[in-house]
Amino acid sequence: MFTEEKKNSQIFQDSNHLSPTSELEVSELIKEAYKKKFPIDIHGSNSKKFIGYNVQAAKSLDFSSLSGVIEYLPEELYIKVKPGTLIKDIENILEKNNQELSFEPTDFGYLKEGKSNKGTAGGCVSCNFAGSRRFKVGSVRDFILGFRGVNGKGDIIKSGGTVVKNVTGYDLSKLVSGSFGTLVALTEVTLKISAKKPSQNTIIIYEKDPKIISDLFNMVLSSSNEISGAVFVPDEPKSKKFTPNKSKAFKLNDLDQEGAFFAFRIEGDQNSIKERIKDISNEMDLKKYKTSNLDIYQSDLFWKSINSLQLFSETKNNLLRAVVPPSKSEKMMSFLKNKYRYFIDWSGALFWIEVPGDQNIKEVKNTIIQNDGYVTIIKKSEDFEFTEKLFTIDDTKLMISKKIKESFDPRGLFNPGKMYKDF
Amino acid sequence: MSEIALPKVDRTIVSKKDLIVNNLKQFTDKKNVLSELDEIRPYETDALAAYKNLPLAVVLPENTQEVSEILKFCHRENIKVIPRGAGTGLSGGALPLNDAILLGLGKFNKILDIDFDNKCVVTQPGVTNLSITHAVKHKGYYYAPDPSSQLACSIGGNVAENSGGVHSLKYGTTTNNILGVEMVMMDGTICRIGGKTLDQEGYDLLGLICGSEGLLGVITEVTVKILKNPQTVKAALIGFPTIEDGGNCVTDIISNGITPAGMEIMDKALIDATEKFVHAGYPMDAEVLMIVELDGTKSEVDELFKQIKQIAEKNKSNSFKLSKNEKERLGFWSGRKAAFPACGAMAPDYYCMDGTIPRGKLSEILKEISRLSKKYNLGVANGFHAGDGNLHPLILFDGSNKEELRRTEEFGAEILKACVRMGGALSGEHGIGIEKRELMCEAFNDNDIQQQINIKMSLDEKNLLNPGKVYPILRKCAEEGRVHVHRGEEKFPDLPRF
Repeated sequence: MFTEEKKNSQIFQDSNHLSPTSELEVSELIKEAYKKKFPIDIHGSNSKKFIGYNVQAAKSLDFSSLSGVIEYLPEELYIKVKPGTLIKDIENILEKNNQELSFEPTDFGYLKEGKSNKGTAGGCVSCNFAGSRRFKVGSVRDFILGFRGVNGKGDIIKSGGTVVKNVTGYDLSKLVSGSFGTLVALTEVTLKISAKKPSQNTIIIYEKDPKIISDLFNMVLSSSNEISGAVFVPDEPKSKKFTPNKSKAFKLNDLDQEGAFFAFRIEGDQNSIKERIKDISNEMDLKKYKTSNLDIYQSDLFWKSINSLQLFSETKNNLLRAVVPPSKSEKMMSFLKNKYRYFIDWSGALFWIEVPGDQNIKEVKNTIIQNDGYVTIIKKSEDFEFTEKLFTIDDTKLMISKKIKESFDPRGLFNPGKMYKDF
Repeated sequence: MSEIALPKVDRTIVSKKDLIVNNLKQFTDKKNVLSELDEIRPYETDALAAYKNLPLAVVLPENTQEVSEILKFCHRENIKVIPRGAGTGLSGGALPLNDAILLGLGKFNKILDIDFDNKCVVTQPGVTNLSITHAVKHKGYYYAPDPSSQLACSIGGNVAENSGGVHSLKYGTTTNNILGVEMVMMDGTICRIGGKTLDQEGYDLLGLICGSEGLLGVITEVTVKILKNPQTVKAALIGFPTIEDGGNCVTDIISNGITPAGMEIMDKALIDATEKFVHAGYPMDAEVLMIVELDGTKSEVDELFKQIKQIAEKNKSNSFKLSKNEKERLGFWSGRKAAFPACGAMAPDYYCMDGTIPRGKLSEILKEISRLSKKYNLGVANGFHAGDGNLHPLILFDGSNKEELRRTEEFGAEILKACVRMGGALSGEHGIGIEKRELMCEAFNDNDIQQQINIKMSLDEKNLLNPGKVYPILRKCAEEGRVHVHRGEEKFPDLPRF
């Protein structure tokens, strides 16, 4: 046995909390786990730890020390980082070159502890939760150009690369996105980056009729004006089961927080924004409504609040994330009424729904599924019944997923039970 | 024809041909099962016509249930299956095997649902790429990925190869533009992945299937996203005196935060060839010609073209022509789109390569191709989707000269190896198929390839679906390079074959 290998074997033996600092170390530790059949809890900074089932594992592999930028080429529009690199740090680096992660990684920090925490690059890829631009630019998975990682046998593997067009073998970057660390322990990810638009404005329309809101969403999707965000925030329910958050979450000079509102964002240079607002005003017949316009600074804060779920800051209730075909948004709104606190993103396709612990989650889930959608239970209340499945999956897909899982991790060591009870 | 190692022919299967053909007739109309030589001959190759091989039989099912029954039967009887869309693939992904059924999806040719409310179209896989746009254009919509073969290529084939096109710089490739598929696994299991929702929960099986070159399942239905036509589309023709200047301009445009809808580069050889062929009005004093297309609002397009003109001037452009109307814009593209036939007119045969490089390496790769052209004494014309670093060198040769064909293949392989060395990929949009199979070792090591094969084997444990494609026939990557053997005579019969 090589000295390095021996050392890692000893580390594995002695500690339950493993913090590798190199890919080789990750590989050696996993080889050891494979040999000894030890399940491992794979995680980054734990900012999204509460999503999914609790992992029952003797050893935990913490990737927060495996961090740092490996290569950043602004002109090639990519950044290659180690998995423990904080998203916040990546965004700061990109900002200096007027670039960004245009998929707007969802910030779960407010939900968990009332302040921003976007977690690590590895966590962001593993969870695949994209923000408001999703319907326009794609999800996290659309921005992963390639990765390196270690499979369940301890083998170092890679897929993809640094170029946007790449059809060389299966696109494993997609498969790894949203796999919650159950397939590969990531050691390196290459993210596609985009130029930041010079300016933005957000138009607020004060309206709450489900039919009108649904029509507005449809107009956004049918418009050629490149609208890059469209949300609806209804009135907050009066029930004491919800801690009022709305006025705090959207505290902006030009936004009237009383009552419901619809909002959409336009980005680009200022002339183009003006031209498009004029065109959209005709398309949507905006003069019919009470409206207001958020300038670049307010607009920026507004979408930060949306993409960090500040409406549900530190809630003790259940939080559901439902994705439906956008044409079903009206039916969904009519069902949700003011019984639940919710808001709609992705121009009618994404619903964030807060369900108090004592209310029946099944009824909400069934409605989502009846409307051809899928649902993830993101946060669980204290009295959450674990008989309820956290992720939606049908039997055929479960069977296929299980086979794929085995092809990466034959002994089922990575985050066992995190997504499904079967594996 | 060229010769390449193929999986060992199972003589038992070949000897049972009549029985198999009769069995297949139970699952679909008799007329959909073809077994006579003159009937199956048209299926012996796809658009990589240098490789030809006859299938055992051809079956053309009409619905998903029939596909499922056929696959179930083949799975049980250990019969290999080669799926095929329109046969326009350029990497030999649909090359038949003598002991395999060729499963043609040509009868899956209907659009099932045009859903303007959800901005998507549900279609059968045999529908051509362009007919999706035709079906929605009356309401001002289109389907974004536009491979050059869009008139003929099928959407199922696009999913299998993750096809792109000139507009993928801004709008992405197939994988970014589909919402769901229905597919049949090798054991006959019918599976629906995704639907009309964005993303899907759990493992991204849609992302796995897209670009899997027909190795994991047979696509029987596709749901694609449709987009609203942009308000304004304009193109500019920009000429440069040297390769470096053109290459630097591409990088500068992108670094300035501009994302053109398309950005193409043609070298002198291709400018000359296409100008002679279609008279597009290209500047003949340019060593390198760039076509840049922008779309969006009128003021935005005009403003960005002003910036592009400045960037081009900084990079010593010697001509700049902005399209004044739609006719002129299409005229600009006519030469680029005629690249293949124009090269066809210059030599008896041409071999279209497909690799990618980081944008910044554009002039470096062009110089390398020029050096290799001299080394192999073969002409080459270069067209690039420059914005996303996807290059399509067209090597000119005479296929009737076996020695020249050999040199052509080696030339092509060297270009792709150079792409990988420069940090790019072996294929941008044509796929690996049989063409670049042995070159996979240039980009991946044993562990990488083994992981991919493990996925394949987890979903098709008998390796019956499109075997012999994508992954090197010789398992160990130490056995580097292209394999040339006489047909049927494999070099290392004892090595495991995948």
